[in-house]
Amino acid sequence: MSTDLNSRNTIEIDREEANFHYDVKYKHDAGMGLSEDTIDYIANVKGEEQWITDFRKKALGVFYKKKMPTHWASEDLNSINFDEIRYYLSAGEAPKRSWDDVPDEMKETFERLGIPEKERSFLAGVEAQFDSEAAYSNVKDAVAEQGVIFVNSSEGLAEHADIFRKWFGKVIPTGDNKFSALNSAVFSGGSFIYVPPGVKVKHPLQAYFRINSEQFGQFERTLIIVDEGAELTYMEGCTAPKFETTTLHSAVVELVAMKDAKIQYITVQNWSANVFNLVTKRGLAHENAEVRWIDCNIGSRLTMKYPGVVMKGAGARGEVISIALANDGQHQDTGAKMIHAADNTTSNVVSKSISVGEGRSTYRGQVHIPKHLKGCKNNTECDALLINSKSRTDTYPAITVRGNKHSTQHEASVSQVSEEQIFYMKQRGLSEAEAMSLSVNGFVNDLVREFPMEYSVELKRLIDLEMEGSVG
Amino acid sequence: MSTLEIKDLHASVNGTEILKGLSLSVPKGEVHAMMGPNGSGKSTLAKVMAGHQDYEVGSGDVFLDGKSLLEMDVDERSREGLFLAFQYPAEIPGVSNANFLRAARQARLPDGEEIDAVAFYQEMYDKMAKLGIDKKFTGRSVNEGFSGGEKKRNEVLQMMMLEPKYAVLDETDSGLDIDALKIVAQGVNAMRSEERGFLVITHYQRLLEHIVPDHVHVLNEGRIIRSGPKELALELEEKGYDWLKEGELVKS
Ligand SMILES: Nc1ncnc2c1ncn2[C@@H]1O[C@H](COP(=O)(O)OP(=O)(O)O)[C@@H](O)[C@H]1O
Ligand SMILES: [Mg+2]
Repeated sequence: MSTDLNSRNTIEIDREEANFHYDVKYKHDAGMGLSEDTIDYIANVKGEEQWITDFRKKALGVFYKKKMPTHWASEDLNSINFDEIRYYLSAGEAPKRSWDDVPDEMKETFERLGIPEKERSFLAGVEAQFDSEAAYSNVKDAVAEQGVIFVNSSEGLAEHADIFRKWFGKVIPTGDNKFSALNSAVFSGGSFIYVPPGVKVKHPLQAYFRINSEQFGQFERTLIIVDEGAELTYMEGCTAPKFETTTLHSAVVELVAMKDAKIQYITVQNWSANVFNLVTKRGLAHENAEVRWIDCNIGSRLTMKYPGVVMKGAGARGEVISIALANDGQHQDTGAKMIHAADNTTSNVVSKSISVGEGRSTYRGQVHIPKHLKGCKNNTECDALLINSKSRTDTYPAITVRGNKHSTQHEASVSQVSEEQIFYMKQRGLSEAEAMSLSVNGFVNDLVREFPMEYSVELKRLIDLEMEGSVG
Repeated sequence: MSTLEIKDLHASVNGTEILKGLSLSVPKGEVHAMMGPNGSGKSTLAKVMAGHQDYEVGSGDVFLDGKSLLEMDVDERSREGLFLAFQYPAEIPGVSNANFLRAARQARLPDGEEIDAVAFYQEMYDKMAKLGIDKKFTGRSVNEGFSGGEKKRNEVLQMMMLEPKYAVLDETDSGLDIDALKIVAQGVNAMRSEERGFLVITHYQRLLEHIVPDHVHVLNEGRIIRSGPKELALELEEKGYDWLKEGELVKS
């Protein structure tokens, strides 16, 4: 029996629930605009080592040099005014280990978003970032005792420099794209995680990224290393209130799965409609390792995100499962990158996009299997759902397979929820929003089943809220 | 008060008037048949009552137990007790029959109340059995890839699950072979009660042998040109619609 994804009372929740912000007095504010001074400011506040500052400045040069990818992505990128963004805002306090010590307005923010509650009920550890820095960071004792490190990036750099430095910028080089360069120049916050060999972390670690300020850019940097035979599930959630002005979120996430390790990285983002969300995510899978991205993109003005896996060791597996929902005025430009670099590597991409009203979804896939390898497999499925005729969807799968010792499969479909279908559902008593939610939930149902229970409920609720909002 | 009452209804689509002053009263407990040639406006009447956006009501009104339906949105009309079995039911990809029915039932409950899932499934399986619908249809997307006959049976299943006050069946017989027709008719007959009124739209008298109406109306060019007892359907079958159309000409 299929799981029930329709319960009416969840749709009644106030759809503005993440739309609030507090007037916080920031101790540190790098001010508007970006220059070497911005970097000096950040480095000084953080008290960073010189090599990091040098790394940042070099990255800034790369950022200046790189062209905006408007030619293949979206002209809308030109609306970002880099001079009218603040690159660093913080209260100047170290992340707290107890919610009691977190400043009131930040604590309240995360309470309203339900974070401490989730932590108590099913998480192994939480990091809660407020603008540029973590306000709270804690990992349960039992997990820490196994040697698991879960801190923010600054702490990781300061206290675990040997492991950090070894992998930092290695999975995603600074010059990968303009926004990875920008992140490399001004990064702050994000998680550093190390799981020692053989440790299977039972419950997920969660990071929560909250933007509280207008005309602000959040540039978290996450590096996760899961050592031989170890396993980890990590989840991130992101929200921001609705502002009139542009907000920028540009993260870099690097994952390293050593031999026989498994990493599952789950994102549920629910950005408000003025956020440019330009994120670079990639995992490196060693021999027999598995990297799995589960990526749900709801909201934002423009999201550009193509999680990737480089399968470097024989028998490695990579997977991207993504759901993107583009409502009126939104563009979800998402996809996956699968780089096969060893024999008998397997990748799987399942992408589902939903476009509502004027919303626009684009899928860009890249699968690369070079000629000298053998026994590689790829499966790619992209399905698009259009709700009403104005929606737009494009698919650009690029599958480069050289040699004949491989197996690849590609399927794509586009389906429509027409006015006739909505009319039919309404005739049976469903409101328009319920009818749309039912269609959308039905469409993504098989993917949602891949999620941990708590997150599938949350995702379903977000879809309901989004549909509710779209009929106004 | 306990009637579905259509009063001097004028409705047009794309500026062309299709319904030209149609009046009809279907009290609870009765089955009314609506017959008429292709293009006479039968489906238009059904869709106007349900509130389809393509149709503009010029004047007149439709009352369900005294409440004007035209003021209500499509889903409100449904929850108020109006059910339309479509001539051409839509396909809803990705939404299973079971989830769809469950959502429709849930939509009828007050806030905060949840349907009893076990009882719901039991009831659904029972009703499916009555209609000869295989259990595996619960997991299939609504109407997707169904044959014409399967779609029509599914419409009747939905009607049985939603237990409306008034049901309008638009050519539910088309696409059914004689065995399926009998099963569907049995389903409808089982639902006939003092608490429910039916408007059965059909092109052929065949269906009316199995769902015996209390009254028969003939629609032509957007107006009812003749009403009578069930024998009228037989007469129509013999003489065709032209006989009545001519009569209409003579009268006017
Ligand atoms: N959506 C529409 N757009 C244009 N014409 C329509 C539409 N719906 C119905 N009509 C026209 O209205 C008339 C009545 O159609 P309909 O109600 O479907 O007749 P019936 O069900 O009696 O066969 C026909 O001439 C048909 O072409
Ligand atoms: Mg018709």
